[in-house]
Amino acid sequence: MTIIRDIFKRNRERNDPTIPSKEAKDVPEGLMCKCPECKTIVLTKEMAKLQKVCPKCDHHCKMTAHERVDSLMDEGSFESIDDHLKSSNPLGFPGYTEKVEADSEKTGLNEAVLTGKGTINGQAVVAAIMDSHFRMGSMGSVVGEKITRAVEKATAEKLPFIIFTASGGARMQEGVLSLMQMAKTSVALKRHSNEGLLFISILTHPTTGGVSASFASVGDINIAEPKALIGFAGRRVIEQTVREKLPEDFQTAEFLLAHGQLDAVVHRHKMRDTLSTLIKLHTKGAVARG
Amino acid sequence: MAKKVQKTMPFEEPLIQLRKKIGELREYTENAEVDLSAEISSLESRLEKLETDIYEDMKPWDRVQVARHPNRPTTLDYIPLLFEDFIELHGDRLYGDDEAIVGGIAMFNGQPVTVIGHQRGKDTKENVRRNFGMPHPEGYRKSLRLMKQAEKFNRPIICLIDTKGAYPGKAAEERGQSEAIARNLVEMAGLEVPVISIVIGEGGSGGALALGVGNHILMLENSTFSVISPEGAASILWKDAALAQTAAEAMKITAPDLLEMGIIERIIPEIRGGAHHDPVKQAEFLSSAISQSLDELNPMSGESLIDQRYDKFKGIGVFTE
Ligand SMILES: [Zn+2]
Repeated sequence: MTIIRDIFKRNRERNDPTIPSKEAKDVPEGLMCKCPECKTIVLTKEMAKLQKVCPKCDHHCKMTAHERVDSLMDEGSFESIDDHLKSSNPLGFPGYTEKVEADSEKTGLNEAVLTGKGTINGQAVVAAIMDSHFRMGSMGSVVGEKITRAVEKATAEKLPFIIFTASGGARMQEGVLSLMQMAKTSVALKRHSNEGLLFISILTHPTTGGVSASFASVGDINIAEPKALIGFAGRRVIEQTVREKLPEDFQTAEFLLAHGQLDAVVHRHKMRDTLSTLIKLHTKGAVARG
Repeated sequence: MAKKVQKTMPFEEPLIQLRKKIGELREYTENAEVDLSAEISSLESRLEKLETDIYEDMKPWDRVQVARHPNRPTTLDYIPLLFEDFIELHGDRLYGDDEAIVGGIAMFNGQPVTVIGHQRGKDTKENVRRNFGMPHPEGYRKSLRLMKQAEKFNRPIICLIDTKGAYPGKAAEERGQSEAIARNLVEMAGLEVPVISIVIGEGGSGGALALGVGNHILMLENSTFSVISPEGAASILWKDAALAQTAAEAMKITAPDLLEMGIIERIIPEIRGGAHHDPVKQAEFLSSAISQSLDELNPMSGESLIDQRYDKFKGIGVFTE
C-alpha cells in the first residue's frame, strides 16, 4: 500500500504521453506528444497507431482502458458491464468522494477497471482492464466487485477470463474493505478455474501491492509487458528494510521472468496475436481426447 | 507462568500513578503511627473506577498498543494451552523452512486439526530467528502445503494471524512473495474442510490475509486487521507518521469495526487490559470460541463449506448500484 506513492513519484516523469509534461509545453497540445522515456516528439495520431509504443526507444507508454480495448478486441465487439456501480465513502474520508468523481470525469470510467465481453479474432472472452489514470488503478470495493462479477460472467458463460492489471495496490481510503477485495476476487477465480476455464493475466506497468498479491499473479498464464514494474513491496520500503542497493532492473518484467515468476514478456504489438493463439489452444473439443 | 515485568502503555499511565500513590501510602502507614486506611480505601475504589473507565473504553490506538505488546501471547504460547499432542511440521518442500510461520497437527477436544500461525519473537534473538513474524514466500507455501494435507485427511484448519505483514525484502520478491500470497487466497477458497482464522495480534495487510480466507474470521477484542499500519497510513495521508493515533481511528481497524463491516463473525473477549495479563485464562476464551465455530462448521459438507466461504467474501464491500 505504501508502495503507491512511491511508484507514482518515481514514474511521474515517464507518464502518459498525452498528458503534456512541463518540458513539453512547447509541444502543441493534442497534436503531438513526447515519449516520456527518450523525449522523442511524435504525432499523437501516429502514436495511437503504434499502440502507444515509442517508435524510437520502444517504450510502452501507459494506455487508458478504452485504448486497450481498441488495440485488443475486434472492432465494435466489446460491450461493457457494471458501469453503474459507484464507490461509497465507507470510512468517511474527507475529499474521497470528490476525488473519485473527478477521476471518473477525467477518464469516462465509473471506477479504475473497465469490464465486459468482447471477441478477439472472433473468439469470445470476458475481460477486465484496469486503468491507472483512475486513482492510480487502486482497488476498492467497486474495483473488487466489478472484477468478481466479470469472473462470474465468464464462469456462467463458460468463457476465458482475461485481465490487464495496472494498479498501485489496495485503495487506502476504503481501509480493510479494500484488502478484502483480494479474497473476494480469489473465491470467484477459484470457481472459474474449477470449471476448467482459462484465465490469462497480463501485468502492465505498474502492478504492485495487493493487486500483484492477488488475481494478477494467479493466471493459468501470466504475461507481462516489457519493462513493466511488478512487485509486492515498494522499492524504497525494501531498500530501507534490507539496507542494500537493489539491482537496476529489480521488479521489472524481465527481472520476474528471469526469476521464474512469469510465463512470458510479450511486446504490445504481439499481444493480440499471442492472446488469440492462447485462446485457440484452449478451445474445448477441438480434438477429443479420451 | 513466572511473573514478568510488564511493559506499561501510555494509556495506562493514570493507573500506574494511582497504584504508586497507594503503595506509598501503605508503606508510610507501616512505618509511621498514623492510620490512613480510610484514605487508602478511598484511593482503591478510585483505582477500581479508573480501571473500569480506561479498560472498558479502549480507543483504537490503545488497542494497537495492546496488540503489539511484547508480552502478548503468540501462536506458540497458545498452542500448548489450546491443543494436545501438537507436532510441528516444517518446510515448504521447495526452498526452506520459514520460522515466521509455524504449523502442525494437534488434537482439539478429541478431534485432529491442523494449526498454522504467524510467529513473532519476544526478544531480539527470537525476533531475528522469526524475522519479526514477517513471512517470506516459503512461509506461505508451507502453510498451503499443510492446508492441502489437512484437506486430504479431512481435518479442520485453524489459522492464528499475528503479523505486521509479509516481509518486504529482496529475496522475498525474487522468490515470488506476490504469487505465494495470491496462491493461498485462491486455494483457501477451494478447501473442503472447515477453516477458522483468528486474529490474535496484528493483522497486517496481504501477509495476514494469506491465512485469512476462512469460513469464520474471529478477532481477539484488542487485535487489529488493516490494509496498512496506522504509521503507514499517517505518512501517506498527512506526510507525518506521528499522526498514527489519528490514523488508527480513521482507518477502522479494530475488532468492533470489522464486526460492523460484516468482515468477521465474532469477537473473542479479552482479559481486562489485554491478553498478556493472563494467557491461560485467555486461552480458555479462545478455546470456547474455536469449539463454537467447529460445532457450526463440522456438520457442513465440503461443497457447502466452499459455498459458505464464497458467499461470505462475495458479500464484503460497500458501494451503490
Ligand atoms: Zn521513446
